[in-house]
Amino acid sequence: MFGYIARRLLIMIPTMLVISALVFIIIQLPPGDYLTTLINELQAQGESGEERIAYYRELYGLDQPMIIQYFNWLWGMLHGDFGHSFEYDLPVSEVVGDRMSLTFVLNFFTILFIYIVAFPIGVYSAVRQYSVGDYSLTLIGYLGLATPNFLLALILLYIAKAYFGVDVGGLMDEQYIDAPWSMDKALSVLEHLWVPVIVIGTSGTASMIRRLRANLLDELHKQYVITARAKGLSPKKALVKYPLRMALNPFISDIGNLIPDVISGSAIVAVVLGLETTGPMLLNALLAQDIYLAGSFLMFVALLTVVGMLVSDLALALLDPRIRLGAEASK
Amino acid sequence: MDKLLQVKDLRIHFHLDEGVVEAVKNVSFDIPHGGTVALVGESGSGKSVISQAIMGILPKSAKIETGEILFCDEAALAQGGPIDISRLNPAGTTMQDIRGGRISIIFQEPMTSLSPLHTVGNQIMEALLLHRPVSVAEAAELTKDMLRAVGFPDPARALKTYPFELSGGLRQRAMIAMALVCRPSLLIADEPTTALDVTIQAQILKIIRDLQSELGMAVLMITHDLGVVANVAKDVVVMYHGEIMERGNLQEIYRNPQHPYLKALLAAVPRFDMEPGERLKPIRSIETKTGHLMAERENQNGSQKPEELEKPILKVDGLRKSFTIRKGGVFGSGKERNTVHAVNNVTFQVKRGQCLGLVGESGCGKTTLSKMLMRALSPDEGSITFNDGEKDIDILGLDEKSLVPFRQKMQFIFQDPFSSLNPRMTVGDILTEPLVIHNIGTPQSRKEMAEELMELVGLDRRHLKRYPHSFSGGQRQRIGIARALALRPELIICDEPVSALDVSIQAQILNLLKDLQAKLGLTYIFISHNLAVVDYIADDIAVMCRGRLVEMAPRESLFKNPIHPYTKGLLKAVPEPSLDHLLDFNHLMNEKASNPESWPTPFTDDGSQQLALSDMSGEHYVRTHVNSGLGVS
Repeated sequence: MFGYIARRLLIMIPTMLVISALVFIIIQLPPGDYLTTLINELQAQGESGEERIAYYRELYGLDQPMIIQYFNWLWGMLHGDFGHSFEYDLPVSEVVGDRMSLTFVLNFFTILFIYIVAFPIGVYSAVRQYSVGDYSLTLIGYLGLATPNFLLALILLYIAKAYFGVDVGGLMDEQYIDAPWSMDKALSVLEHLWVPVIVIGTSGTASMIRRLRANLLDELHKQYVITARAKGLSPKKALVKYPLRMALNPFISDIGNLIPDVISGSAIVAVVLGLETTGPMLLNALLAQDIYLAGSFLMFVALLTVVGMLVSDLALALLDPRIRLGAEASK
Repeated sequence: MDKLLQVKDLRIHFHLDEGVVEAVKNVSFDIPHGGTVALVGESGSGKSVISQAIMGILPKSAKIETGEILFCDEAALAQGGPIDISRLNPAGTTMQDIRGGRISIIFQEPMTSLSPLHTVGNQIMEALLLHRPVSVAEAAELTKDMLRAVGFPDPARALKTYPFELSGGLRQRAMIAMALVCRPSLLIADEPTTALDVTIQAQILKIIRDLQSELGMAVLMITHDLGVVANVAKDVVVMYHGEIMERGNLQEIYRNPQHPYLKALLAAVPRFDMEPGERLKPIRSIETKTGHLMAERENQNGSQKPEELEKPILKVDGLRKSFTIRKGGVFGSGKERNTVHAVNNVTFQVKRGQCLGLVGESGCGKTTLSKMLMRALSPDEGSITFNDGEKDIDILGLDEKSLVPFRQKMQFIFQDPFSSLNPRMTVGDILTEPLVIHNIGTPQSRKEMAEELMELVGLDRRHLKRYPHSFSGGQRQRIGIARALALRPELIICDEPVSALDVSIQAQILNLLKDLQAKLGLTYIFISHNLAVVDYIADDIAVMCRGRLVEMAPRESLFKNPIHPYTKGLLKAVPEPSLDHLLDFNHLMNEKASNPESWPTPFTDDGSQQLALSDMSGEHYVRTHVNSGLGVS
């Protein structure tokens, strides 16, 4: 088991390297770079600003070949230097500030929400297949799947403002923005967190319910469930101990898949709700071709996904002896 | 009350969307204390539904309409009389108490009836902890005793193993241990040995028998295998389409069957003591009809030369195939390797127009061998030569291009009639596909061919537009046979073609294969684990064990005078549907008989001696040490 974890961690290194190369290619793909945009802007204003541009070009190695730029960037990242944001004229790490951690917190709670809500509903729908409850929950699930996140966000914003007079936008009260972290600030974040969590989590929850229901329905009719019943187990115990345990596997392997879903889903919602997460800033950075800022965000998302996959694989191995011992037994 | 279980006028209906299906119609029978009753019937006869009703585990759509199931064990007597199970709430506590504690059940599929995520010990102890007032430590002790009783070599270790680490036979033993650990007064065994090899089957039947007398319980044996019935039951109930056809004690049923269905069933089972040339009598036999495209032929098609036709059609020489299994895999180092010799130096010949039976238990390499003959796998060593009546063809030497026309000469019939036909193609498309692939004929002549093929296997030519799902298992297998015949092959490899079919259908298909062989001059390689079936259809029989061909002889001499210890053990383990040849449970083959290293000299194969097939007498070959002095030279 220890060897397995070590090997999985080692495999993450080449994975991240490949991802970084892909990310760099993608952010370089649009024609031109930040400086061409800047030149255009300056020329429109009637200035030439050639000195400034030449200075930038040299400073950030933009006149060097692509491959050298990539290695400079990579080397910097390994030292904790994520490059310089052109747009803000600040190091990327300062621009980003709390956004990374806020994004992490938001996504963590969203996934927690998805699991907590989807689990009991999925089990109920499977066990009481074709009952009124199953049909109603299925209908709500479809609505959740079909409603675009940002629309739901707008509706919630409107309802909160119009009927309760509360402004639920943002991730914290105004006075805490840019303030140092304190207990009050953390509480304020938690207070505001529920709206984006619900908004971002609905579609994930709905699809998770469908998956769990389908998995469990498959398992419920397996022979070993009948064996458990024939042993004299009560229906509830027979459900929890055997088929539910089996149906958990896809549930857990979904952790890795959920993360990219949730993050990309949250970008638009964050714009609508005015959240200080990475989403809106990533959007701007991509538009402005602020390559190092965009690149850092993409690397962050990739890292989260890779770690999520690792966590789900380890959890699966813990839970399922066939994966843990399977290799030796499959002679 | 002197009966343990009485089923009276039981009627069970399935309420499905398509309508009501009467699965069990007015069934009555009883099981005495400590007795063994066999419930016999083919698929769809309702025998398993009855067992589910007794256990209170009927599917939701099933409902007991009328009748009673009276259960009267000692505990019930103490509480004042029999319990009517049909009236109990299946999810209620009384039923939960009976289920697993006083009546327990073993299922057919040992691979799926245990949970893969829990240890064997956990699953067996669970039953004890539910029904007996014992502590966990005591339960573990009792479980260990039970595991020892069902033949686990190391019970303490078995407690901690997961089902997927065990072989099919051991899983079924674990299942029996789970059913018996609470010492129930009734054990329902629902086809407990159908999925197992004959030698394992005999061992499992012995275990059930021994424990039955030790625990004093009654057994309800549900099976379709009349051989198993003859060897274990005292009373027999024969069912067909939800109704009881005949019931009585074993002697009456086998010696003097009354009902036409039972008579037909007994006549449809292949037996070892059949007269030469005696045919099985299927309940409904098939007439084959040849046409002008599928004309009868006697080993000739113009260009074939008589002297070449005398030669064996297939010669296999020194064939070897080994697989390397990487041990460790995900969690280990991935360096450890283990080599399994799936086919180990196999040599044999098949004579034109004859049928070679290939017998062996699961994992003996018979399927690997057949795949190599078809060039689906490449052997490590050896040669395969096919003679098409004109010249010898080295099968292994064929390149991609010359392999295509060669494929017409050798075809395959598969075991599973359900998965071997594409459900999205009509029968017409299925039958003409080989012709299309090999670019034979016009669309018109292909259609005509398909029609003739249908009649050749006794199906209606008007059904070509239908899809496979509208045919029964036996009919589908006939479609599979027709497809194999479409290219007019000379050699057909049949891989367990009847093992998924009911007894009466099996007889039908076997007779069909025999008739086709005679009419079309075909040669068969017939692979099966069922010795009686092979005995019926084959001219020569080859026995395989652990990748080795251990004995090969004409069928009469193999069955009359088996020489190799493995063949002897195998023959001893076959339950025959006749009271005159019962199994000798005290002299069963043990695990050693299938281990080449523990065969006695001159058969031992531990790598220290050279082994080869030596001729004993009249083409009876046995694998022995090269210089053993046995056999004629």
